[in-house]
Amino acid sequence: MDWFLQQSVNGLALGSIYALIALGYTMVYGVLRFINFAHADILMLGAYAAFFLAPVVHPIIPLPSFTGAIVIMALSAAICAIIGIVIELLAYRPLRNRPRLTVLITAIGVSLFIEFTCQHEAVFGAATRAFPPLMPAADFKLGNIIISSNDIVVVVTTILLLFALWFIVQRTRIGTAMRAVSFNQQAASLMGINISRIISFTFALGSALAAIAGILYAMRAPGIEPLMGMQPGIRAFVAAVLGGIGNLPGAAIGGLIIGLLETFAGGTPGLSNYRDGIAFAILILILLFKPAGILGKATVEKV
Amino acid sequence: MNHQGAKRWLFISIAIAVGISLFSDQFNRYYLGIAIDCGIAIILATSLNLVNGHTGQFSLGHAGFMAVGGYAAAKFSLVVVPLTPPELQPLIFVAALILGGLLAALAGLIVGVPSLRLRGDYLAIVTLGFGEIIRVIVQNMESVGAASGLKGIPKFTTFGWTFVLVGITIYVIASLVNSTYGRGFIAVNDDEVAASSMGINPVRYKVTAFVAGAFFAGIAGGLYAHHKQFLAPTGFDFFKSVDIVVMVVLGGMGRTAGVVLAAILLTLLPEFLRQFSDYRMIIYALLIIGLMLLRPQGLFTLSGKKKGAKA
Repeated sequence: MDWFLQQSVNGLALGSIYALIALGYTMVYGVLRFINFAHADILMLGAYAAFFLAPVVHPIIPLPSFTGAIVIMALSAAICAIIGIVIELLAYRPLRNRPRLTVLITAIGVSLFIEFTCQHEAVFGAATRAFPPLMPAADFKLGNIIISSNDIVVVVTTILLLFALWFIVQRTRIGTAMRAVSFNQQAASLMGINISRIISFTFALGSALAAIAGILYAMRAPGIEPLMGMQPGIRAFVAAVLGGIGNLPGAAIGGLIIGLLETFAGGTPGLSNYRDGIAFAILILILLFKPAGILGKATVEKV
Repeated sequence: MNHQGAKRWLFISIAIAVGISLFSDQFNRYYLGIAIDCGIAIILATSLNLVNGHTGQFSLGHAGFMAVGGYAAAKFSLVVVPLTPPELQPLIFVAALILGGLLAALAGLIVGVPSLRLRGDYLAIVTLGFGEIIRVIVQNMESVGAASGLKGIPKFTTFGWTFVLVGITIYVIASLVNSTYGRGFIAVNDDEVAASSMGINPVRYKVTAFVAGAFFAGIAGGLYAHHKQFLAPTGFDFFKSVDIVVMVVLGGMGRTAGVVLAAILLTLLPEFLRQFSDYRMIIYALLIIGLMLLRPQGLFTLSGKKKGAKA
């Protein structure tokens, strides 16, 4: 029982991070109908932004502190939002009316470009670096279960961001425009919506969430390196597909499911070595039996 | 490429293969090694071209099939070679390659039948996932060396073997595409719905292309295993699959000659960029992006007409 609860706590925290990343995939997919492979690298850039901001912020707001952590997260999110906009502008916008496959391959190229540029000695270098403690951490004991304050922060941050995102998408003008573009780009543009602006905004929002997810991920992981985004990125993508790609609540639920399953598998002897394959096994099963995902609606192709 | 063209390729490559292997002692081993790398890349790229280029299915898991074929062939050789006299070894090599190809084809069938009902980027993701699952499995299989890799594979792959197989691969795939049956691949690529209303069963064609592609990827894996004499799970990761996809895209999807040139170019490129090895992958990534922005029809496609890339 203790084992079960402990794994659930770990799984929820990990799943929350996946959920945040998955939201970025799902938003971009909803609006542009392609998989932004570079999303996972934005996550890594977010973690590095926090890494380099920490010594800058420290003299002003001593770290570790919650205020300092919030400031760093906000700044990193802003940096990554700008990077997201720039990537879309340079690499994806010129391809807007091309076949989706072209855009997909470009996205793979962008992802490789970011990864290998960052691995270069003149940028970050390939070595793993220790991530500084941004906020005070403590472990709470509930019976035999250990809950770290970091896990609580991760879950609470995710819930807050989810609500913020839900509010933006459902209750603001720009969110309405996003939904309109996602529903039908041409019709939306006929109604006077500036499609390019909405797409930029979508990338900014998704990248900001990825940056925060990257920082949260780095807080749990021992260190950061330029390829750190790949594994969580792929799992988050699976989460997005699992929940029904293009569907925001679906992405959140998918993230939690993947996080929980992976943690349980990781804690089970005999299965733990295969945890890297689990996300994919789930993905393949879900695509076979319910290709539209848990919350997605099946679409009929029009001729 | 028409059928006659395919036949010419077959003869040319077999002639080159036999010719060069007669004098292979006089060639620099390093260059011969690179030539074999090129040949393996050609087999991989043309087989993926059948799936991605001709049939229009975006597969991102070709390295997975290569891994299945490579590991199967290598394990077979490692077990059987000590039991047989040396004069039978070429036969063992052929058997190992065929075994690798067949197992890879079987894997292709297992992945293909259920997942080819999916389209476009969903299929890309399933095949990506499949490639990763294969990697995780070999990484955990003690019998093939797990994470530390499979060592001491006998060196059977020669220039001659490689290019005879290159010729056969190109010939078989070109003939397949140019046969009456093979027109179905192109029909499926051009318009699936229209093709199915003409009585073509798209899933069957896609599975055929997928299984055939996987078979040749398995053969390439076997050649690779007996060329490098060492296999590691990391050699068959996502990047390897991307490599092969880039060859197909660079060459121009569905254009055999272009894909062959691209495979050669992209195998030689890292050798030329050796002194810039820090920048190699950056240049590579920029090449992909630049190509997609400026020449999505492929580098070696003369007509500007866009063909084949659908998702």
